[in-house]
Amino acid sequence: MSIKSLSPGRGVSARDRAERRLAIRMTAPSLILMALVAAVPIGYALWLSLNQYSVRTAGLSRFVGLENYITALASQEWWAAFGQTFLFAALSVSLELVLGTAMALLLNLAFKGRALLRTVVLLPYAIVTVVSAITWQTMFQPNLGLVTNVLSALGLPGGDVVWLGEHGYAMAVIVLADVWKTTPFAALIILAGLQVISAETYEAAELDGASKWQTFVHITLPLLRPAIVLAAIFRTMDALRVFDLPFVLTRGANGTESMSMLAYTQLRENRLVGEGSALSILTFLTVMVVSVVYIRFAGGNIREVAKEEQ
Amino acid sequence: MSTLTAERPTATQAAVRRRAPKRRLRGEAKLHPLVWVFVVAVMGFSLIPFYWLVNTSLKKGASLSKGELFPADPSLENYLAVFQNAEFLVALRNSVIIAVVTTTVALVFASFAAYALARLKMRRKAMILTLILSVTTFPAIAIAAPMFSIWREIGLYDTLLGLIIPKLTFALPLAIYTLTSFFKEIPRELEESAYMDGASPFTAFRKVILPLAVPGLATTAILVFISVWNEFLLAVTLTTSPEARPVPVAIAFFSGTSEFDQPLGTISAASVIITVPLVILVLLCQKRIVSGMTAGAVKG
Repeated sequence: MSIKSLSPGRGVSARDRAERRLAIRMTAPSLILMALVAAVPIGYALWLSLNQYSVRTAGLSRFVGLENYITALASQEWWAAFGQTFLFAALSVSLELVLGTAMALLLNLAFKGRALLRTVVLLPYAIVTVVSAITWQTMFQPNLGLVTNVLSALGLPGGDVVWLGEHGYAMAVIVLADVWKTTPFAALIILAGLQVISAETYEAAELDGASKWQTFVHITLPLLRPAIVLAAIFRTMDALRVFDLPFVLTRGANGTESMSMLAYTQLRENRLVGEGSALSILTFLTVMVVSVVYIRFAGGNIREVAKEEQ
Repeated sequence: MSTLTAERPTATQAAVRRRAPKRRLRGEAKLHPLVWVFVVAVMGFSLIPFYWLVNTSLKKGASLSKGELFPADPSLENYLAVFQNAEFLVALRNSVIIAVVTTTVALVFASFAAYALARLKMRRKAMILTLILSVTTFPAIAIAAPMFSIWREIGLYDTLLGLIIPKLTFALPLAIYTLTSFFKEIPRELEESAYMDGASPFTAFRKVILPLAVPGLATTAILVFISVWNEFLLAVTLTTSPEARPVPVAIAFFSGTSEFDQPLGTISAASVIITVPLVILVLLCQKRIVSGMTAGAVKG
């Protein structure tokens, strides 16, 4: 990072120009591909969402302006899906951050078995999300699952509940499956943040007579903030587009339908191309607004990273 | 929380130390017993669901309708059923083709772009990087919904190519982001000396950076492979027949006439089968996966 110019002195500008041209040629293929396969479809989705399509005759359509959006925004389904998605995101991300921080502190300790622990916590992360859904389905099977069995054996409530058949319980299973699979991701991001805090900082705190708890609250946590915020951004963006878990666990039943699922259902199962497209655009806008808010208010470090790139 | 880093010599710890005077690696902390409880809890939380999945997959017939902790009569029947299921085998083949092709193409495109972003002078670099990063936050449904219509118009609906193209869009930013931070870690002095020898930036990229970046490329390949292998929404929206379905979709639809009538034993066996390669990958490449996941996440 220290060397700003590769060839100081003569010929800087000619060399610079050649370098800039090369840079454009090297990034162009990726950018063009992403524009073609991301920007063009989203633009097309906007167009589709402004039309109404005949369910019976393929290709028959008429321009209806914002009607699909009005229908969607006036529908109870959209706001239910909107609410459930945010509820899911809030629950899963906050659990993942708390557990992830604890896990990171654990992985940051030098002890026998640390490598094993790191491997073990990484396993759920690599698993296919659909499989993680099936795994938790087997855990919560009425009368047969491990969790339901243990609850019954201990005489606790929940043993005789059809977990995926009731809203609150089903949401709990979905959140749990997500926490199981993605806490390692949060933990590793936060661990990377822990590892750059210098030992001197802790020594200074110890010299000042700070207790372990004071050190954690007043030194570790503030210095970890950028890493935690980063993990929060990644996890929130991911949670807001949740689809696989409710799809496999409940097929969206019992009020667990997410925004992405609602758009999918209207499009694929009900063949409502216009309304499905409007819903997918609404999902897209919701996620974008949240990411802008996050980066604007919490993500100081993201902007610094971006500046550093220049 | 104070227990996490506790080093106060408690009675228990003193006892532990007396009992275990074995050699201790330098810097190894003596953990408070409560911390060990937490270690065990974390390991249990991570592993027990896997155990239960395997347990379910080994049960058959009447055994499936009992919640036994161990299969009384373990059977590989479910696994045989999966391997005799033509649709599953086709899905497995599809998944391998999709993941390998997408990962390879993404890596080639991304290594060019990442080199330019990591090393070359470029106008609006921050804007380009932000754009690329923002694609990773796109909800896939926003692409999948219009693609469903476009692909049906031009005949790519329900084909492998029709899945590879949109998956590439999400694989590329991940690959570019990860590779850029790996390329940045390579000392500039090495390219400097190539420039001294009269090499062009592109030659320096090919002859100096790429060979040095092989570990970074491998790491990126693993991460992209896992994410493509896992992807579900695009796959389920853009396919309809078993011929084009990748594994996650095939499993989700395993004779899924209704959610009350699922052959959970077979589904569990299929889940175990596609999880084994990923578990091996994690066991072999744990360090790489960690370094890739956190690459560029936190600047020192």
